[in-house]
Amino acid sequence: MIELVIAERCTGCNACVEICPTNVLAPSLNGPPEIAHQQDCQTCFMCELYCREDAIYVAPDCENPTDVDKEEIVASGLLGEFRRNHGWDEWAADPRYSNEHWRMESVFLRARDMAIAEAAAKRKNEQR
Amino acid sequence: MTRTTEETLELNADVLVIGGGLAGTWAAAAARRAGATVILADKGYCGTSGVTATAGPGHWWIPPDPPELRENAIANRRKTGFGLNDAGWMARTLALTWESLPTLAGFYNFSKDESGAIQYRALRGPEYMRALRRLVESLGITVLDHSPALELLQRPDGSVSGARGIRRQRGGDWQVNAGAVVLATGGTSFLSRLLGSHTNTGDGYLMAAEAGAELSGMEFTTYHTVAPVRSTMTRTMSYAFATYYDEDGAVIPMPPGPDTMRPLARALLKGKVLCDLSRTPEDIRAKVPTISPNFMLPFRRWGVDPYSERFEVTLHGEGTIRGIGGLRVVSDDCATSVPGLFAAGDTATRELVAGAISGGGNINSAWAVSSGQWAGRGAARFSAENGSASGGRPIGQASLRPASVERDVDLRATLSAIQDEMLSYDKNIFRNGGTLKRSGELLEDIWADVDAHARGSGNTRLKARETSAMLATARWCIASALARDESRGMHQREDRPETDPRFNRRILVGGLDKVWTQSDYGRALELAS
Repeated sequence: MIELVIAERCTGCNACVEICPTNVLAPSLNGPPEIAHQQDCQTCFMCELYCREDAIYVAPDCENPTDVDKEEIVASGLLGEFRRNHGWDEWAADPRYSNEHWRMESVFLRARDMAIAEAAAKRKNEQR
Repeated sequence: MTRTTEETLELNADVLVIGGGLAGTWAAAAARRAGATVILADKGYCGTSGVTATAGPGHWWIPPDPPELRENAIANRRKTGFGLNDAGWMARTLALTWESLPTLAGFYNFSKDESGAIQYRALRGPEYMRALRRLVESLGITVLDHSPALELLQRPDGSVSGARGIRRQRGGDWQVNAGAVVLATGGTSFLSRLLGSHTNTGDGYLMAAEAGAELSGMEFTTYHTVAPVRSTMTRTMSYAFATYYDEDGAVIPMPPGPDTMRPLARALLKGKVLCDLSRTPEDIRAKVPTISPNFMLPFRRWGVDPYSERFEVTLHGEGTIRGIGGLRVVSDDCATSVPGLFAAGDTATRELVAGAISGGGNINSAWAVSSGQWAGRGAARFSAENGSASGGRPIGQASLRPASVERDVDLRATLSAIQDEMLSYDKNIFRNGGTLKRSGELLEDIWADVDAHARGSGNTRLKARETSAMLATARWCIASALARDESRGMHQREDRPETDPRFNRRILVGGLDKVWTQSDYGRALELAS
């Protein structure tokens, strides 16, 4: 569930309010959006992806809120990792983060071939 | 054309598309390209809503030449689909998907492989849905975000003429009067915590049934996907290298191939199941963050190294998402049996292409791309032929207009009862007639209460309606699972372990006050051997 909108980073663009598919956030007059309906958060991390300032932290626990220490999270280097790995915005031209999703099918094929080879090796061992 | 009253934004269009995920955006684009004016209303945000945005479909993708490639793929799928799918629908789905994806080139930055060949087949979810939103906007389609639909409008002649809903961020309601409506509201996983599925509560099924539509294949709703406990992360690729352990540390044997669901469910019914991904080759580990950037998020944040440490896993139910039931389509343009109402993507039954087993990401996404466009064109044509977008009245019943006196209904308890019947492994993955019968009776009692008394207001209006939709859907699933008095594909009855040729037919289901089922005798099916 979403746990933090970090005021020091937030520019108040309200992109997260707009793009959250389950309407968890609400704009506030002064300052960052408010986490208005945390229990509706579906832990999809989309708000982090659309936050250019890396001001949002979503904890992986989808069942219950997590106690998080803001300073610890800021220091952890976790903020913005998702958006960077997606190669969005300022990372778009960085070849380290180019979209390699197209390799998915070949990964599945590797797994299948490995399983076939392992099964064959096992049979061979059993015959000995 | 536009009238805003204090409470209701009223708009007119040739075609209204409800739902802005994969199928809905393709539907809206196709309707617009066919010359219709189009409004697309999404419950959340068109671009992040729905199960595609958090995933990354590798579409069913087979070149047209040589023709044997597709012929063989279709023949193989006929066998694995247990005869409930249709070669013609599969062929046209393959053909349209192949033609469609390259047309996104201006909106999606397709990757090239080492040889420089453009890779069209697999699109990463967030970028795919962002591209489709850009496509929709470039075509001049009006998008209403955060505008969940609550109910359809229906004319006295039975045809559907729009819908009404809520503007949940701007306040007030909306009404779109339309010449035809495409339902692309997705399937439902009964809020199982499947990644990205919480906008998908079966709303389209309920709205369509209120207009008189029927469903098909609702017994094929048993699919579950593995995820770390307490997480939504149902991305499956890396689990191809998984090793599973029971609480005592013994390896749980898995059959070769992708079908790990049933052995995992059996183990989970006995106790905790742990997993590691230590068999993952090093070069793949290095690529995972740029193949599926969300997969590692829970591990990184929990400080767990899945390649060397064991972590506990669970199974999240997929309902009709990787299950395959949905609204029955009666023609090539994905019309439902209600005039002016069309179904696309997971809102429609995918038996036509998938058969009795899960379509998985491949077939389901190809179906969404194709059925979306057929439905969009069909709706545009219907609107052009039948003219004016007016004269309908709202027809929503459950939790909007209670049959009897209004009374508080505990929505949380209702949802929890639905989930207990639809997401328990022992009741759904391993079905039997007696348990299904008890589930059915329990859900009937809850439905009677909700139908008679529930009425959402203010903040609970959407939740009440969503809960009613999941409840109606659960009743159709259970009734269909009872009617299919055999085992076939993903529908496995412990008390009926054999596949019975008498059931080589699709099972239709429908009804609100009283649920009915019948065999689809519209077209005899051959059981592929």
